[in-house]
Amino acid sequence: MADIETKKKYNEYVKSKSPMTKPFPTLIWAFLVGGTICVIGQVFYDIYSAVFPEFTKDILRAYTLCTMIFLGTLFTGLGLYDKIGAFAGAGSIIPITGFANSIASPAIEFKTEGWIFGMCVKMFTIAGPVIVNGIVSSIAVGLIYLIFGI
Amino acid sequence: MLLDYLIVFLVGGGICLIGQILVIRTQMTTARILVLFLLLGVVLEAFGLYQPFAEFAKSGAMIPICGFGSTLARGAIEGAATGNILGVLKGGLSATASGLAAAVFFSYIFAMIFRSRTKKTGK
Repeated sequence: MADIETKKKYNEYVKSKSPMTKPFPTLIWAFLVGGTICVIGQVFYDIYSAVFPEFTKDILRAYTLCTMIFLGTLFTGLGLYDKIGAFAGAGSIIPITGFANSIASPAIEFKTEGWIFGMCVKMFTIAGPVIVNGIVSSIAVGLIYLIFGI
Repeated sequence: MLLDYLIVFLVGGGICLIGQILVIRTQMTTARILVLFLLLGVVLEAFGLYQPFAEFAKSGAMIPICGFGSTLARGAIEGAATGNILGVLKGGLSATASGLAAAVFFSYIFAMIFRSRTKKTGK
């Protein structure tokens, strides 16, 4: 019982001490930054489709995604992505660059704690759940299509 | 042309705005947000709704992580069309393999090149 009360008190303490993010500016920044990242992706898509007109849509999308992932990891390495994330919130998380950042950021941060158990393990602290859920749910969808022959 | 970019901006920004509302309302962590939007993409793709959306919004739909989820699901659905269970198992990952591999590879390279910036000032 006492445990629950201390937990409650602790949570209240954390709430009082954690910085209050003003909701309104972060909403606008999330919108602007998220939209801008998508426009940058579209620019690359249009450039690739102009340079390689023989490529199908899927290949162009893959090229665009890889480019954005490259930029996401590069900006993470330069320390710029976390600065953007500080004010853009979900605007920097939800684009694929945020996924790249979620792999690159712990990889760089935990490098000092060893190659295998530092960097290679911590790389997937956020990306792991994403990949696991993605694989499981997509196989479930595929099985439904297979069984019911849609 | 310019209208296309405006749609990309508005849709992409709109998805991030919904995400930010969730972050503020529920204090969700990065991993939960990513998983939630990924699953959203998978479900919409399963009902065949994501491709028309992607035709309309282009990168505004494909760059957010839900586009990644839809690509996963579409790979598995295309695998199912072969009538082979192996196709279902490998479909999703083969469709997204380049992105996943790129994320791991570039992270590895940049982790070798760059040092952590938060650790210098922190503690």
